[in-house]
Amino acid sequence: MPKHDTPMLDQLESGPWPSFVTDIKRQAEKKPECWDILGQLELSYKDRVTHWKHGGIVGVFGYGGGIVGRYSDVPKQFPGVAHFHTVRLAQPSGKYYSTKHLRAIMDLWEKYGSGMTNMHGSTGDLVLLGTTTPNLEPLFYDLTHDIGQDLGGSGSNLRTPACCLGKSRCEWACYDTQATCNGLTQHYQDEIHRPAFPYKFKFKFSGCPNDCVAAIARSDFALIGTWKDDIRINQAEVQAYINGTTPPNGGAHAGRDWGKFSIKKEVIDLCPTECMWMEGDELKIDNSNCNRCMHCLNVMPKALRPGTQQGASVLVGAKAPILDGAQFATLIIPFIDVNPDNDFEEVIEVIESIWDWWMEVGKNRERVGETMQRIGLPTFLSVMNIDAIPQHVKEPRSNPYVFWKEEEVEGGFERDVVEFRKRHAQ
Amino acid sequence: MGYDPENPMVDRITDLGPPHYEGMFPPVIKENFGKWLYHEIIQPGVLVHVSETGAECYTVRVASARLISIELIREMCDIADTHCEGSLRFTTRNNVEFMVDSKAKVQPLLDDLASRGGKFPIGGTGASISNPVHTQGWVHCHTPATDASGVVKAVMDELFDYFTSMKLPAQLRVALACCLNMCGAVHASDIAILGVHRKPPMVDHDAISGLCELPLAISACPLGAVKPMKATNSKGEEVKSVTVNADRCMFCGNCYTMCPAMPLADPDGDGIAILVGGKISNARTVPAFSKLVIPFLPNTPPRWPETVDAIKQIVEAYAKGARKYERVADWCARIGWEKFFEVTGIPFTNKSVDDYRLAYDTWRTTTQFKFTSHIK
Ligand code: HEM
Ligand code: HEM
Ligand code: HEM
Ligand code: SF4
Ligand code: SF4
Ligand code: SF4
Ligand code: SF4
Repeated sequence: MPKHDTPMLDQLESGPWPSFVTDIKRQAEKKPECWDILGQLELSYKDRVTHWKHGGIVGVFGYGGGIVGRYSDVPKQFPGVAHFHTVRLAQPSGKYYSTKHLRAIMDLWEKYGSGMTNMHGSTGDLVLLGTTTPNLEPLFYDLTHDIGQDLGGSGSNLRTPACCLGKSRCEWACYDTQATCNGLTQHYQDEIHRPAFPYKFKFKFSGCPNDCVAAIARSDFALIGTWKDDIRINQAEVQAYINGTTPPNGGAHAGRDWGKFSIKKEVIDLCPTECMWMEGDELKIDNSNCNRCMHCLNVMPKALRPGTQQGASVLVGAKAPILDGAQFATLIIPFIDVNPDNDFEEVIEVIESIWDWWMEVGKNRERVGETMQRIGLPTFLSVMNIDAIPQHVKEPRSNPYVFWKEEEVEGGFERDVVEFRKRHAQ
Repeated sequence: MGYDPENPMVDRITDLGPPHYEGMFPPVIKENFGKWLYHEIIQPGVLVHVSETGAECYTVRVASARLISIELIREMCDIADTHCEGSLRFTTRNNVEFMVDSKAKVQPLLDDLASRGGKFPIGGTGASISNPVHTQGWVHCHTPATDASGVVKAVMDELFDYFTSMKLPAQLRVALACCLNMCGAVHASDIAILGVHRKPPMVDHDAISGLCELPLAISACPLGAVKPMKATNSKGEEVKSVTVNADRCMFCGNCYTMCPAMPLADPDGDGIAILVGGKISNARTVPAFSKLVIPFLPNTPPRWPETVDAIKQIVEAYAKGARKYERVADWCARIGWEKFFEVTGIPFTNKSVDDYRLAYDTWRTTTQFKFTSHIK
C-alpha cells in the first residue's frame, strides 16, 4: 500500500519512456523505505527545492572514499530516508556483468540498502542509493568476502577509472582499453581509497578518437587510441559501398531516405583535411595529411580500418565548469605505446610525473587542468620533460609577451644604469 | 563468519578493486576479443559485430531510466539468463545491452523484451537520440537546482520516436545536470539541460560559526563575492560571519558546497538553462563545448512543459535543416548562430552574450554575418 499520496509523481507513470516512479513503487512492495523516497520527492515537486541536507562524512574504516553521506532534512515525515547514503562500487571495465555477479550485488543491496541504484554514476561506478551508517561496515565486509569486489572512489582522490568497451566489441579500438583500465585501477588502489591529492583525479580510456567514454571532456588524464601508419583499405569493400551493397555508416541512417550513397559527397568532401580522392575505382588517402578524425572509417567500417601501428594519445586536464570554466583535455603526448606486457610502464611514468608536479604546486581543490592554466603549458611541458612541438597548440600565440628567463638572454638581466647614463642623457 | 562489530579489523579485506572484466563476458565476446572486423546496425537498437573468425555478435540495446531498482535489474538478469548465456552490459549512456551469438536468437530476445510492458524500449543506435546521461536531482543530491529523472522522463516521452528510429542527420546526445557542478558533464553534449540557481546564497548567521570554516567559505567563491563580516545572530549575539556581494555572484553554489550555512536553492530562483552544440567525438570537427541559448526556464514539475517544448523545437529544426552526418555543432557552425536563433524561434537575449572571463573569444570580430530577423 502506498504510504504517501504522490499525485505529481504519478503523472510520470504515463508515456513510453521507462518510468522510474513505477519502478520505485514496484521496489517499495519489498522495501517499504522506497515509499519515503517517493514521499520526499513528491514534497520536492511541491516545494520545488531539494530536501536533502548538505553532505555529512561517512565511510568505512581506512577508506577516504567510496561512500557519500546523505541525510534528509525532513526525517520525521520520511523516516525511511533519514540517512540515505550512497555507496559507489568499482564497476568491471567496460561494464559487462555476469548475471551471477550482478545478482549477488542485488542480494546484498536487498539486505543492506534501499533496493534503488544508479546504473551507473557519471564517473562510471555502480552506484547503490540509500543506506544507513550502521549498515556500512557489514555491507563492506560481505562485499569483499562474499562477492570479491571493492568500493569505488569519491572525494579528493583517484576516481574509479572508466573505459569504452574497446577490443571486446569494437573494431576500432587501437589499444586494449579494458586491460589498461583494469590494470591501472588495481595498480592504484591506494590512490583510489586514501586521498592524497589536491582534488579529484580521473582517468578515462577510449579506444579511438570517437571517444565514446568522453575522456577528452571528463578526465584529468585521457588516453585516446590512435595509429601512426596508413589506414587499411579494402578496395573491394569500397566498391560495395559505392554500389549500394553495403549501407554507409553501418546502417546508422536507415530511418530516412537520404538518397543514393555518394562516396564523393559523404566521405571525400567531408574529410576535414581533404586528403582523400578517387583514382579510377581506387580510393586513395594521403595518410601524411590525415589527422585520424575517424569520419571515413565511421562511414565505411567494412572498407577502412585503422593502421597497424597502434597506440594512444595522452591528453591532460579536462574538467566541468566549476570553478574556472570548462576545459577540454590538452594534447600532451601525441603517441605512446600502451603495453600490458610491461604493465603499462610508459603510461605509468607519465601519470606519476603529472602527480609529482600537481601534488606539489596544485592548490587545494584545484583540478590539474586549472593548475596547468595557472602555471602555463610551457612550464607544464618542461616539468614533464617534453619538448614543445606544434601539435601542442591550435596556433602559435598571437601576443608577443614572452617570459624570457634571465639565463636565456645574453648577458643576463643585471645592467649598470650609471654606465648607461654616461652614454644616454636623461 | 560475518562482520563482527567488536573486532572490526579481523579478517578485513581491502583494495580488491573491481572484479576482472573477463569473467563477465558472454562467450562470443570472450572468444573474439580483439578480432572484430566490422559492424552493422540491422534495425534500430540491434547491432551485429562480425569477427575475423566469422563469428557474429548481435546486440540489442534498450533504454533504462538510470535510477533503477534491484527488482528491475533482476528482471534484466532473467532475460540475460534465458537468452544471453548469463551476461549483459551497460553503456556509458546507461543503455542496457543484451548480446547473443546468432541471428536466430535475436527475434526471441526482441519478443521477450517487447512482452514486458514497455519496460525495455529498443533503440538508441545510429542517427538517433540515445539514452540521456543525467544526474541525481531532487531524488538524491543536496545542491540541485532542478530534478533530473523527472525532467529526463518528460523530455524523452516527447522525443521517444527519435530513440526508436534513426532518422536524424547524425547521433544526438542529450544530457542533464541539475547544477553547475555538472556531474552529468553536459558541457559537451548536443543538447544540454542544466539546472541553474538565480538567487545569491542566504547566510545563516546562527549556524555558520558551528558548521563552516569561514576562510574556506570565503576562498570558495571564484568571484570574491564572499567577504568576512560581523553579524548578529537570532539570540542577539555578535558572531563572526560572512556577507555576499550580490552584484558579483554568478550563482555557482560553490560556497554552499564548502559551507552548508549558505543555502541558495529557491522555488522561483531555480530552474533550467538550455545549452546546445557540444560534442566529444573528434569525427570531422573537433570536440566543442555546449553553448547557452536559453538562460532560464522555470521549474514546473511534474512535466516541465517549457523545457520539453524548447528541446522539441531545437530537435525539429535540426532534423529539418542539418545535412547527413552533421552534428548539431556542425550544423550551427555552417548556418551561423544568428540563423540558429531564427530557425529555432528561440529569442536571443543579452544573457547569451558572454561576460565572464575570456568572453572576448566569443564576440564577433569580422564583418561576415548574416542578415536575419534580429537586425531591425
Ligand atoms: C559535497 C559535495 C559534493 C557531492 C556530494 C558531490 C556528489 C557527486 C556525485 C554523487 C557525483 C556522481 C553523480 C552521478 O554519478 O550521477 C558527482 C560527480 C561529479 N561531481 Fe560532484 N559532488 C560534490 C561536489 C562537487 C564539486 C565541488 C564539484 C566541482 C567543483 C563536483 C564536480 C563533479 C563532477 C564534474 C562530476 C562528474 C564526474 C564525471 O566526470 O564523471 N562535485 N558528484
Ligand atoms: C608583433 C608586434 C606587433 C605587430 C606586428 C603589430 C602590427 C600592427 C599593425 C599591422 C597595425 C595596423 C596598422 C594599420 O593601421 O595599418 C597595428 C595597429 C596597432 N597596434 Fe600593433 N602590432 C604589434 C604590437 C603592438 C603592441 C605591443 C601594441 C600596444 C601595446 C600595439 C598597439 C597597436 C595599436 C594601438 C594599433 C592601432 C589600432 C587601431 O587602429 O585601433 N601593437 N599593429
Ligand atoms: C561498435 C560499437 C560502436 C560504434 C560503431 C560506435 C560508433 C560511434 C561513432 C561513429 C561515434 C562518433 C560519431 C560522430 O561524431 O561521427 C561515436 C561516438 C560516441 N559513442 Fe559510440 N560507438 C560504439 C559503441 C559505443 C558505446 C558502447 C558507447 C557507450 C557505452 C558509445 C558512446 C558514444 C559516445 C558517448 C560518443 C560521443 C558522443 C559525442 O560526441 O557527444 N559508443 N560512436
Ligand atoms: S571509443 Fe572508439 S574504440 Fe572505443 S567504443 Fe568508441 S568507437 Fe569503439
Ligand atoms: S580519418 Fe578523417 S582525416 Fe583521415 S582520411 Fe578519414 S576523413 Fe580524412
Ligand atoms: S549536478 Fe549538482 S545537483 Fe546534480 S548530482 Fe551533481 S552535484 Fe548534485
Ligand atoms: S554562489 Fe558562487 S559566485 Fe555566488 S557567492 Fe557563492 S561561490 Fe560566490
